[in-house]
Parts: sequence; structure tokens; C-alpha cells
Amino acid sequence: MIKHEQIEKSVPLLIVLTLAVVIWGGLVEIVPLFFQKSTTTPVEGTKPYDAVRLAGRDIYIREGCYNCHSQMIRPFRAETERYGHYSVAGEYVYDHPFQWGSKRTGPDLHRVGGRYSDEWQRAHLINPRDVVPESNMPAFPWLASTKAKDTVGADIEKKMDVMRTYANMRGIPTYSDEEIKGAKAAIGDKTELDVLIAYLQGLGTALGSMKQ
Amino acid sequence: MADFVNGFWNMYVIVIVLVSILACAVLLYIQGKAKFTPGKTMGHVWDDTLEEYNNPMPKWWSWMFIITVVFGLVYLVLFPGLGALPGVLGWSSVGQYKIERARMDEAVQPLFQKYEAMPIPAVAADKQAMEMGKRLYLTYCMQCHGADARGAKGFPNLTDGDWLYGGEPDQLKQTIAEGRMGVMPPHAQLGADTIKDLANYVRAMSGLPNDAVRAAKGKEAFTSAGCIGCHGPDGKGNLAIGAPNLTDNVWLYGSSEATIIQTITDGRQNKMPAWKAFLGDAKIQLLAAYVYSLSHQGK
Repeated sequence: MIKHEQIEKSVPLLIVLTLAVVIWGGLVEIVPLFFQKSTTTPVEGTKPYDAVRLAGRDIYIREGCYNCHSQMIRPFRAETERYGHYSVAGEYVYDHPFQWGSKRTGPDLHRVGGRYSDEWQRAHLINPRDVVPESNMPAFPWLASTKAKDTVGADIEKKMDVMRTYANMRGIPTYSDEEIKGAKAAIGDKTELDVLIAYLQGLGTALGSMKQ
Repeated sequence: MADFVNGFWNMYVIVIVLVSILACAVLLYIQGKAKFTPGKTMGHVWDDTLEEYNNPMPKWWSWMFIITVVFGLVYLVLFPGLGALPGVLGWSSVGQYKIERARMDEAVQPLFQKYEAMPIPAVAADKQAMEMGKRLYLTYCMQCHGADARGAKGFPNLTDGDWLYGGEPDQLKQTIAEGRMGVMPPHAQLGADTIKDLANYVRAMSGLPNDAVRAAKGKEAFTSAGCIGCHGPDGKGNLAIGAPNLTDNVWLYGSSEATIIQTITDGRQNKMPAWKAFLGDAKIQLLAAYVYSLSHQGK
């Protein structure tokens, strides 16, 4: 029997046993999630992000939108009244990594798709106070003057290929070769603002962005 | 969460969870049997005074540990947690959500029904309905139309009594429920000179300072270029397609010559999203009444 004293005095032993405890926790909390239909099967209507939205998603991540916006509507009336149907696991199967966030300085964005017009999103991202004077969201004017193909779109084929690998590992629908080949053309001359708006306008629409 | 791909994972979770809890209990038992040397230090000192003893665990701590183990087992009996077992209380987060919704529906449905049966102007005159309407407005509408409903560039002011698609009750309800799609086509093909003439004529129609010579030429172009098709021969617009009245000095995008030139050259596209599926008729009734009240206060 190992004595407390032995563990305390041997750093390698302490590390091994600590790891064992963490792994044990992971075995029961994480591993079963990979074998649950609700977390691995796309909700009907959920599609892989097309090239433009995938590029827009990278802007979302790059600009740190997740620091202030969640993408996770909890099953509380106060949230579904405001945002729409609560989020379900099968809507996130194409999110690598997911953008649930953990803090709402701004509102939840999981069902923002279709909620506002493209023009509103444009005005709002360039200067939020132009449309919502009370807003404390930062302005992102540089998005309008940067071409997506020079930044997030530069290696879009590679990104889609990686996403396809993930999807294939789980046996869910994914990109065709043609879609990957046409990715650069789809992004074309769009600005970072355009692709980000395309991403936002597609968010949460699988369950119907406008349903409770 | 009874949707594991096969029964193995059900057992897998059950076994690991129970083994973990039992292991905690066993650990506590073994530690309780260990040899203690109360009151005697282990013979090393840190920071001059910090010594280590080999005392038994405090009673309160041991009891907390036991309570935690018991709590864990009781919890697993009552709530879902052991694999796919639902727990004897039958609790689920979605179930709790449905109860919460049902309780709220019970409270507000009678009000909704009452206001849905009333004509919009009467709802707009009802103090309680307008308090509800204002809260709905501040949740769903203020992002575009502003907290004071005075709008912003490209987003209509709802308080000025000037309407693109009409301010009558049915028109308001339709606008909110179905949304609107406003399209002013681009007219760059007219050439910069003609567009400048038109801009001056448009300013003249609202009584703004303008170049009279250009405005006179613009008046002819207004007909020949087809502007009258949407805005009408007298420039008073068309509610059916949301073509604005150009004579009332109310501007969605701005009245400067440069802005008007931009509007004519590049066109404008504007969209009011449709809310029917999300909000439902009852909330739309209250919102339409609230919007109606904004331009009918004191009338």
C-alpha cells in the first residue's frame, strides 16, 4: 500500500496519480458524449458552414466576439422569449471549436441569423452607436476595408479540408471536392465585414431563428 | 439523456459513477484507520514556525465527507445522472422549462386574448397594454428603431407620423408580421449631371435650398427617367411599395445634396425582418398598438 508520505515525497508518483484522477474524471464526463446521439447527430437543417461563413466564423473568433457574446440559449423562459428556441447539442456538430462563450456583456447570438437586416449588421459593426446609441460594443471599422481573401480566406481550402476530416471521423455530411475547390471563388472580393455578416445571418437558423 | 448509441455506455457511466463514489467512501475509511501521532510534529519546519502534525482528520471534516457521499447517492436516485436512468423525480431541464412556460402562459394568455379582440386604437389607449407594448418594443425593436423610437439613418422614425408603408392598424400589423423589403434601384446610367439635377429637384420638393436651374431640369428628368413610376407624378410616394414621399422633408438617409445623389446613383435596399413566426399574433397586436400610440399621442 502506498503511503501518503511516499506520494508527497515523490514528484513523479504525484504527477502519475494526479493524471490518473483527471483521466478518471474525463472517462466518465467526456468520453460518453462521443457516443450519444443528441451530441453527435446534426439537428435537421444543420449544414456545414459554407466557405464564406467559415471565413466569417474565423473573423468572429479573431475579433474575440465570444468574449462578450454567448451562443448558448438556455432553456429558461426569459431567454427563449428574447432569443428564440433554446439551443440543442446537435446544432453545434460543425463547430470546431464551439463558440458557446461564457459571458454576456452583449446579447446571446445563437439565433441572431435573420433577426436584423444585413444593412443593420453593417452599420452596427462599423459603429454600433450609429444604430444603438446606448451600446458599449467596440466598433470594427477595419472589417469593411479588408478583403477576406487576404486574411481569413487565404487558406480556406485547407480549413475546409480539416473540417471535412472532423466530419468524416463522425460520419456526418460534409464538403464535396467541388465545394472546396470553389471556396476561393465563393469568397471572391468580399470584405471581412461581408463574410462576418454572412456567418451571423446563418447562425441558429436550423431550428428556425424565429421560433420559440 | 437516454440516447446512447448502445446499452454499453449506459452501464459504463453507471459503473464508473458508483465505483467513484464508493472509492471515496473506502478512501475515507482507510484514512480513518491510519496510525496517528497526535500532538507530535513530523520533525520538519517551514518559514521558521510552520510545523506539520500527524493528527486524525477533524470530526467536522469527516462528517462533511460522509454527507457528501450520501448526498451524491441520494441525488442519483432522485435526478438523472446514472447513465440513462431518469431518476425517481422525473426531472429534466426541458420539463422544467415547459412548466415555467405554462405558468407564464396562464398569466398572460387572458390578457393577450383580451387585447387581440380589441381594435388597435383602443389597445393603444389602454395603459396596461401600452406598458406591455413598451417592454416588447424595448426587447425586440429598439435595436433598429431606437429606444425612443426615433430611428437612425436607414431605420425609420416611428414617432413622426410619416409612413413608408402606412400607419393604419392593419398596415402596421402587416409590416411587423410579414416584414418589408424596400428597394430603390440604382440609376447611375442617368449620368452624374442628370442625377445632380434630380437631387436639386428632390430638395426643391421639400422646400430645401436648391439650384433653381438644375431643379427645373430635374423636374423634367423626374418624369423622363421614370422616377414617377414609384414616387408618383407629384413625388408623394406610394405606400403600397414603400416608395417615400419626397415632398415632406422627412429623410431616411439624409437630405444633403451629396446623400441624395448617392441614393439616386447607387440605389438603396432596406429590409424590415418578418416577426410573425417568432412573436405570434398576440405580441404583434400589442407592438402594433404601441407603434400606433407613438404618433397618436394626445390625439
